Amino acid sequence: MSTQGERHPQPYWNPYVAGIGLGLVLLASFVVMGRGLGASGAFSSLVTVGVQSIAPDHVAHNEFYSEYIGDGTKSPLKDWLVFEVLGVFVGGFISGSLAHRVTKVVEKGPNISTRGRLLFAFAGGGLMGIGAKLARGCTSGQALTGGALFNVGSWAFMMMVFGGAYAMAYFVRRQWQ
Amino acid sequence: MMAPFFKYGLFGDDVSLVVAFITGIGFGFFLERGGFNSAKKLAAQFYFTDLTVFKVMFTAIITAMVGLYYLSVIGFLDLSLVYLTPTFLLPQVVGGLLLGFGFVIGGYCPGTSCVAVSTGRIDAMVYLGGTMFGILVFGEVFPLVSNFYVSTPMGQITLPQITGLPYGLLVFLVVLMALGGFVGAEWVERKMASKKAGAAL
Repeated sequence: MSTQGERHPQPYWNPYVAGIGLGLVLLASFVVMGRGLGASGAFSSLVTVGVQSIAPDHVAHNEFYSEYIGDGTKSPLKDWLVFEVLGVFVGGFISGSLAHRVTKVVEKGPNISTRGRLLFAFAGGGLMGIGAKLARGCTSGQALTGGALFNVGSWAFMMMVFGGAYAMAYFVRRQWQ
Repeated sequence: MMAPFFKYGLFGDDVSLVVAFITGIGFGFFLERGGFNSAKKLAAQFYFTDLTVFKVMFTAIITAMVGLYYLSVIGFLDLSLVYLTPTFLLPQVVGGLLLGFGFVIGGYCPGTSCVAVSTGRIDAMVYLGGTMFGILVFGEVFPLVSNFYVSTPMGQITLPQITGLPYGLLVFLVVLMALGGFVGAEWVERKMASKKAGAAL
């Protein structure tokens, strides 16, 4: 908390400085753990646990869910990615609080209603969930991690992410501009 | 060789979860520092007005890539012990395309939406709900798409292996490409800013 009463959000860091920081975290993860970063996998574990609590038999007979259950000796939530993603929430909050950037807000352009923006957010999230599972990872696990490791599939994936987003941008420009 | 520490048995599974949490804090911290908690800033990448996504992402990739290369050259890190996701080309191409659509429609990707949620972005909370719904849909239709999911398998394969080019040369080329990209990105941003200023007059 600032005592000077200065509560204006501070500007973001220079992108190259933030990028070096992010790269060093990724490098540290490779060195310490022998694996990179991730995000979508944690939510797969969460979804699996949700479905399992409602329909345990269904989960046991589905190859996708059973991969997240493992051998059943420990909870699917006692997982590396789940703990990492918990940290991501905390780290984002620490950084945002220090810079007075924590605000209850809907991010959108001036030409779309809040309701419309939230519908887009849900639809985009849905596409992202399906895409990330099909690709075996998202921007963190594939593009960033696999990119740094020269993973062939990750580089193909990354090109397609940028290509897809640029191709779709025109059609949803009302949302942002 | 002494790294990756975990693979050399320096600590066990329980400690690895603590490492995961700390790693995540660093990850989230720098994502937020770079402005990745704002859908407007992220989406601006795809309208050429703010190329922060490209700049942060490729700075991070080349930082980690160069670091990995030197740590393995000096014999500190065994690169073969770093986990590599196997390549299934076609599903990854289609998945990437869907992800790209979802990125500009939803305004986030899964990792960035987490820091957006923890800094109060309501659209990110809805987005994350959508992501979990998408995963659920994928899980439910998995028996129908499982053949496609395992199609075009290439195994754990890297660009140095597939091109036959030396690892160090590829690192050099990617760094060069990224630096060229950064110069181009700065130029595009200036160009777009002056265009916008011109339109406002």
